[in-house]
Parts: sequence; structure tokens; C-alpha cells
Amino acid sequence: MSDVLSLSAAQAADAIAAGSLSAQELFEAYRARAAADRAAGEEGLNCFTWVAGGDQAGGGGANAPLGGVPLAVKDLFCTEGVPSQSGSRILEGYLPPYTASVVRRLYGAGATLLAKTNQDEFAMGSSNENSAFGAVRNPWDRERVPGGSSGGSAAAVAAGLAPWALGTDTGGSIRQPAALCGIVGLKPTYGSVSRYGMIAFASSLDQAGPITRDVRDAALLLRYMVGHDPCDATSLQFPHEIELPSAARLDGVRLGVPNELSGEGIEAGVLDAFHAALERARELGAEVREVELPHAPHALSAYYVLAPAEASSNLARFDGVRYGLRAENPTDLLDMYTRTRHDGFGPEVKRRIMLGTYALSSGYYDAYYGRAQRVRTKIAEDFRTAFAQVELIVTPTAPSVAFKLGEKTADPLAMYLNDYCTVPMSLAGIPAISIPCGLSQGLPVGLQIAGPAFSENRLLDAAYALEQSIGFDGTPARV
Amino acid sequence: MIVPAAGRWRSVQCATVIERDEVLHVARLARLALAEDEVEPMARELSAVLDHVAKIGELDLDGVPATSHVVDVTGALRPDEPRPCLPREVALSQAPAVADGGFLVPSPQA
Repeated sequence: MSDVLSLSAAQAADAIAAGSLSAQELFEAYRARAAADRAAGEEGLNCFTWVAGGDQAGGGGANAPLGGVPLAVKDLFCTEGVPSQSGSRILEGYLPPYTASVVRRLYGAGATLLAKTNQDEFAMGSSNENSAFGAVRNPWDRERVPGGSSGGSAAAVAAGLAPWALGTDTGGSIRQPAALCGIVGLKPTYGSVSRYGMIAFASSLDQAGPITRDVRDAALLLRYMVGHDPCDATSLQFPHEIELPSAARLDGVRLGVPNELSGEGIEAGVLDAFHAALERARELGAEVREVELPHAPHALSAYYVLAPAEASSNLARFDGVRYGLRAENPTDLLDMYTRTRHDGFGPEVKRRIMLGTYALSSGYYDAYYGRAQRVRTKIAEDFRTAFAQVELIVTPTAPSVAFKLGEKTADPLAMYLNDYCTVPMSLAGIPAISIPCGLSQGLPVGLQIAGPAFSENRLLDAAYALEQSIGFDGTPARV
Repeated sequence: MIVPAAGRWRSVQCATVIERDEVLHVARLARLALAEDEVEPMARELSAVLDHVAKIGELDLDGVPATSHVVDVTGALRPDEPRPCLPREVALSQAPAVADGGFLVPSPQA
């Protein structure tokens, strides 16, 4: 059984296609582990909000390209008839009438739904401590956070409780937990994956992506995620097929290091691992040079106007009328709205709704929202200028390794600073991947590689070459 | 705090302070009830975040266009053809209260 669990998702799909592994056996092996974690409650990692029953194996066809390999899906993706709660009390027990387009696409390619994963409420958080269903623990150290908001997905993959998982990234919610858990996470180019059926946080930024054990798995899953969807007006046809990476060298590849995102504010141990990765890149033939992203230090400020503003609008739909929680014995309609939202939303979600409503309110709109949108323009320009000089940009993914549970919950601003290195790419809508590049204090450090829009194949190739060279051992976390 | 001044923006060095009344006003706009003990912490936390956010007031952004969306898609309309919608019983299946085939809500004016 343990041999089955040691296979990457791509290896498992190959083994199923070759007839040497049964899709049922694979599913049951993971299902048993996921169910045990769920049953363990606080004693486990608390990765899941729902796990498939024993009789639900199958779904994905063994003959389809993904061969029935089980998939863990972040709670905020709607899955028909299966609880989809976005980590919120206000959606507790909600059973959607339809399935998100990207999940349907993956079913069509042969993925099988294994479990729904715990997350920060409405994807707002960087530690997974904001979930109504309890904090998720980091498999490398149970007293530390897995990152967020896709913390359940990242912890499950790192701990070998799922072969791979879907996450979503608004300002770093795939890349940062992947970094803190020592695995791979890719945020694709905005628009390449349909958002239809994703419970929205900030629509101009939200993007689904793969969370996997290795780069090859990320490419394989992404291949079947991308594509235009008539149900999402911002989705685009990906211009080419996602290829499985094979590069062994980085000869002639110019990598840009922005000072703004790789110096001040980054933990020393993280910088050491980052610089060691740059040295690897040079050994593989890459040319490493400095680039400037002068507006990147302002990205976080712009993001914490734009994302809450969009969230305050998106979350207006939770009013106790059509689904989810309703406050008891309302005196009138307004009382029902305000008390339902008071009872149903957690503190961080309330904070962001308030922040967004304030920023959009009369008299402040131009000073905050309008201004943040113009900063966004400058950040996108910075990247365009940089990509005229280099093919890819590399930074640490997160400023620190996984921090202790409870360490940053009292200070929202300290928590927001986790997104410092990932938010600029989100605002520019460009793809970025995090791969593990070493350890600091015995905990994983993530390397972020970003490229221009639709450069995923180049990104994956570079990530693959570095991954092979670094040879990061994620096994200790999976025992 | 950033304040509008004759069409330009200036950054004022003092810390952003959101007062209690302002918190309650914004909460009303957001249709969000706040318990008494939530008001002061909310005022403090919003002030701290807005203080950080106010750094964008230092940038010269005159003449810079706004970006609302990074994807260059305009007029993404589908053909205007009738299609089946969600069956009524499915649409109502998750509602907290239902009456006469619709969503039941309390009166706007009790």
C-alpha cells in the first residue's frame, strides 16, 4: 500500500494506463488516509471538510488521461450534491446544484473526487486559521500553520493524504501554502482557467491552479484545467497545449532578481535558500541579473484596497435569502440581513467587507479604489519592462518559513505581509509557480518563478530543471 | 491619510483614524451588524490597515490610466438564445424558508 502512495500523480496515471495499478486500489488507499485524518479531528491535520465514502470510488474513467487518479478539491469549488462551504459558517452544509467548470473538466479527463479541503474563510487569509471548520496544521510541524488560503490542499498533498489538489490564488493563496508545506503550487495566467463555480472572493484576481508534489504533476493537472468557458466571460482560450516539462538545463535563460522583493523584510534563512537556488540556476547555465520592479513595494497596499473592495461586493449575495445561514426570528428584512451576516461571517471576512465598503464609499472611492487601480497599471508596466530584459523573474515565495499557530492572528497587517512577494504577480495577472528550494530551521522554503502571460510552459520547464537539480526531499513530511 | 484636495492627492503625515461613528456608518452600508465589543477593535484594525494602504498616496499617478481587469476582453457576449434555467425546486432546495414556490423573507417593514 505504501508503494502506491509514493507514486506521483503522473506516475500513478501511467501505472493505471499500463494495467499495473488498479484505480480502485489507489482511490481506496488515499480515501482511507483522508478519512482517518478527518476522523482524527484536532489530533490530525484537519485538512478536509468532506471525504468521499467507500462506495463513491470511481467517477473518473480509468481509460481517460488522468486514469481515475483521486483529486482533492478546495472547499470553495462548487461540487454538485457535495458540501461546498468556502470555509464559512454562512455556507455550512450548502449543497450546490451544479459543479464548477474546472472540476467538470477534470472529471472529464479522468479525475476522481477524493475530498474537499479546508481553507481560510472565503479564501481570506495566509495561515488557514480563519476557517469556520478549524485551523489546518502543517505536516512538517503540527504547531505551525500550513499557509493559506489553500492550506488544506497544501497540507494534504505534503502529508500524502492526496496525490494532488486544486487550490485558488487571489494574492498568493496557492503559492504561499505550497512554499510553507514544501510542495509545488502554480497560479496560472489570469483568464486561463474558468472561474465558473468558484465561490468568488475578488473576481479580477481569483484564479484556480494545481497544488502538487512535483512540477511534472503540476503541468499534467494544468493541461486539463485550462480553456475557454462560455460561462466565464473573462476566460480565454489558452494559446497552446501545456506540455510536460523535460528541461535539464537553463542554458541562455535570463533570470531577473528584483531587489524590491528579495531583500528587506525577508527572513535571513529564506534568503540563504534563495541565493543557493540562484547559484544552482547559474550552474545549470542560466544568466542571473538584477531587474527593477519599482512599484512592487506598493503592490500590497493596492491589493488590500482592490481585493476587499471586490470582496465586499461579491459577498453581498450572502443575505440569508436563497441559501446558507439565516438568523433566527428576524424582526424585519434589514434585521435578517444584518444579523445573518453578523452570525455567519468570521472576523477576517468582516474586516475585509468593512475595508472594501469603506474604500468604495462616497468620498473615498477615488482616493482608494481609483488610485489602487492606477497603481495596478504601474505594476503591470514594471513587469512588461522587466520581461523585455529577462525571460523569467525569481523571488522567494514567502518572507518567512511556516510560523506558529496563533503567532500573527492578533495583527492583521503582519498577516497581510505574508503576501508581499506574491501579490505583484496577481495584480499583473501573470503566471507564477512556487517550488521547494531548501530548508531553513528544518522547514521548507519556496522559490517563486514568474513569467509573462501564457508563459506557463517556459515556467514549468525552468521549475523542472531547478527541481531536478535541487533534489528537495519532501519525504519527511509524508511519513 | 489620503484626502482629496482640488483634484490632486496629498499625503498627510498623521496616522489614519477611523472613528466609532464611521465604523457604524460603514457597517450599515455593508448590511453587517456589529456587536458592541466588535466596534472598537474594528476601528483600530481598519485604521492600521488604511494607514499602510495610504502609502500609495505618495506616488505620482497623474495621467496613469486605471486597470480594472488584466484580461483584454470586451463585449464577451453569448448569443441571446433562450436556454433552460435551473428547475424551480432545485433553485429553492437550499433556501432557509420557502413559500408558494418562492423564497420566503420577512416583511421589509415589520
